[in-house]
Amino acid sequence: MEKWYLMTVVVLIGLTVRWTVSLNSYSGAGKPPMFGDYEAQRHWQEITFNLPVKQWYFNSSDNNLQYWGLDYPPLTAYHSLLCAYVAKFINPDWIALHTSRGYESQAHKLFMRTTVLIADLLIYIPAVVLYCCCLKEISTKKKIANALCILLYPGLILIDYGHFQYNSVSLGFALWGVLGISCDCDLLGSLAFCLAINYKQMELYHALPFFCFLLGKCFKKGLKGKGFVLLVKLACIVVASFVLCWLPFFTEREQTLQVLRRLFPVDRGLFEDKVANIWCSFNVFLKIKDILPRHIQLIMS
Amino acid sequence: MAALTIATGTGNWFSALALGVTLLKCLLIPTYHSTDFEVHRNWLAITHSLPISQWYYEATSEWTLDYPPFFAWFEYILSHVAKYFDQEMLNVHNLNYSSSRTLLFQRFSVIFMDVLFVYAVRECCKCIDGKKVGKELTEKPKFILSVLLLWNFGLLIVDHIHFQYNGFLFGLMLLSIARLFQKRHMEGAFLFAVLLHFKHIYLYVAPAYGVYLLRSYCFTANKPDGSIRWKSFSFVRVISLGLVVFLVSALSLGPFLALFHFSFQQNQLPQVFSRLFPFKRGLCHAYWAPNFWALYNALDKVLSVIGLKLKFLDPNNIPKASMTSGLVQQFQHTVLPSVTPLATLICTLIAILPSIFCLWFKPQGPRGFLRCLTLCALSSFMFGWHVHEKAILLAILPMSLLSVGKAGDASIFLILTTTGHYSLFPLLFTAPELPIKILLMLLFTIYSISSLKTLFRKEKPLFNWMETFYLLGLGPLEVCCEFVFPFTSWKVKYPFIPLLLTSVYCAVGITYAWFKLYVSVLIDSAIGKTKKQ
Repeated sequence: MEKWYLMTVVVLIGLTVRWTVSLNSYSGAGKPPMFGDYEAQRHWQEITFNLPVKQWYFNSSDNNLQYWGLDYPPLTAYHSLLCAYVAKFINPDWIALHTSRGYESQAHKLFMRTTVLIADLLIYIPAVVLYCCCLKEISTKKKIANALCILLYPGLILIDYGHFQYNSVSLGFALWGVLGISCDCDLLGSLAFCLAINYKQMELYHALPFFCFLLGKCFKKGLKGKGFVLLVKLACIVVASFVLCWLPFFTEREQTLQVLRRLFPVDRGLFEDKVANIWCSFNVFLKIKDILPRHIQLIMS
Repeated sequence: MAALTIATGTGNWFSALALGVTLLKCLLIPTYHSTDFEVHRNWLAITHSLPISQWYYEATSEWTLDYPPFFAWFEYILSHVAKYFDQEMLNVHNLNYSSSRTLLFQRFSVIFMDVLFVYAVRECCKCIDGKKVGKELTEKPKFILSVLLLWNFGLLIVDHIHFQYNGFLFGLMLLSIARLFQKRHMEGAFLFAVLLHFKHIYLYVAPAYGVYLLRSYCFTANKPDGSIRWKSFSFVRVISLGLVVFLVSALSLGPFLALFHFSFQQNQLPQVFSRLFPFKRGLCHAYWAPNFWALYNALDKVLSVIGLKLKFLDPNNIPKASMTSGLVQQFQHTVLPSVTPLATLICTLIAILPSIFCLWFKPQGPRGFLRCLTLCALSSFMFGWHVHEKAILLAILPMSLLSVGKAGDASIFLILTTTGHYSLFPLLFTAPELPIKILLMLLFTIYSISSLKTLFRKEKPLFNWMETFYLLGLGPLEVCCEFVFPFTSWKVKYPFIPLLLTSVYCAVGITYAWFKLYVSVLIDSAIGKTKKQ
């Protein structure tokens, strides 16, 4: 595009806003004993680095699941492991088993914030830029304005760079999925979306549209010919990506079940704390949690 | 975001730019601040708690009041707002007090005062008369100038991170320039006189103002060939200008004079002047500003090293103290002759003389004045005594106005601004600020180069290969100084090397820009002469 320099400027503005927000405090700063999401991420680096894979999702003397137990799919665990290797190189105290609980320092904060920025820079931001460039039938000026609006979206910035999380990874993968599918690269698109789900199970919210769209595409191409081929290819890609991510956990049935239990903690109830959805709002008038038994609540939702 | 869309939707792009940069400034509130923060807190305390007679004598803190009286009054007014934020900051003995409320108040005061800067930029945009290349908003000279001024990297870094109040001061200067462009000379003179009594560093550009006002305002008409028509001298105008300057100075220094005469206290004026012009400080600041003396010092060092190696010099004769050890004291040079304040003054005067002559003999209206002003600022930066690297902003901001006019000026501006801004990097040496300074520098540099290239795309390229190479060299220099050097063994033995390298590398670029601008001004006035003939 001819206005590449304006797009670069937009990305730089987005990065600057992200980093300046990250200078502020994170969730649970200076609040023992539980701290917050920041400590959770640090703890996962500790667990994945020091313990063998088989113990990551299980309760043990070394891994107390009550204290920020791993409850995201394996890709998050691998990401934490990668960060842990870098942390070990800089300062092993950050991830030492047991002794690093509640570790807080300026240098550590800098390290953690940098990991978020790098993940964002590698996955989410390129997806946004590419998405805006690929938009059809609008002027360059509007493409750049779109990119600016998306990159400056406060919700993601505050959660990822303030509170501390890695949503940009899963959202980025999902966006790559959308991009792939829009540009007729269905296989890459579905691979990207599988990676998104395997990073954060919350992406399942987006799964049904992906599934239905791809299935519809197969039908349109004709199930007797090209459509069937596409269906088979997509199925292979999805299965292969899941197998690859879950490989260490497919060795035993108990491992798989435990991971699923951690990922979908239905024991926590219909909702937790305050959340802007129907169940929480209803609960003000009608105490659903007290009236209905657990399994009925699950089926209803 | 909604406000931003509304502002752009109605075509009010200027408000969008101003609002955007203000939001960025708010985001910079929790960043590192230098000792200048404590300096200003101390001045709030001094002006609030002590009587006027004590303002320039107070020395509890090492950061004594060393700006002219108007700034002291400004701090006094601020202190009356400050007391609603945190009363404790106004205690003179609360050294290094920086509660979160103090921080919030000080940062917001800088952001708020920038309103004057925004207004001045708006006025300047009305005055410039750039090329009309395309209908696109982003290609209009007004738009580019607004971004170059409002989002200026140097100003953001120095004011909103390092902490100073340059925004509104440059606002006053730009406003006075705008008034001179609009032929409202008395207002321009008044604003500049006020500015001088806020921060006396603007004395660097006072000769340009003086000569321009005398030549183009006091002499109301020129002869057909452009030379001076002595008979058109207007006494009224000279007297009124003099009166304006006198009254402003009286308002500023008067109270201190009155204290001496009427209450028989110590003579305030010498004390005020000794605070304003501290010549006991060394030739160079702790970190060498990238000017001529940085090159001079570097040459001296190189020669002394060579001299030692080749046994021309006796090691016992060389003073132990190193000029780059970061102390603000006077040191002697080893090989080259030592430099005194008088020598620098003479050098500066010689340096500004040609541009002043051009302004007097070949006035080219407000544009000529602006070029002379930039040259005065740059020459004073080049040869001044104890120049701070931040003083480069005095040359960069007026030059921005010139950059959207001519391709030649744009080229010089880009070299000056890129090297000048890079030389500010050592001001922010903390790790969390590293990404900010790199991102903002890239932002400003990429935008300025690309937009000016687009504006002047019909003319010859802005840079030749040598200049491109030099500017690109800033990247590896930054990587070496900031990422490679700290992990080498030299860090302990020669900790000043990154500063030395940065200072010398930038000095080359700034000297080149100064020289090129001078040549361009002299050639233009010579062409003007031949054309008229």
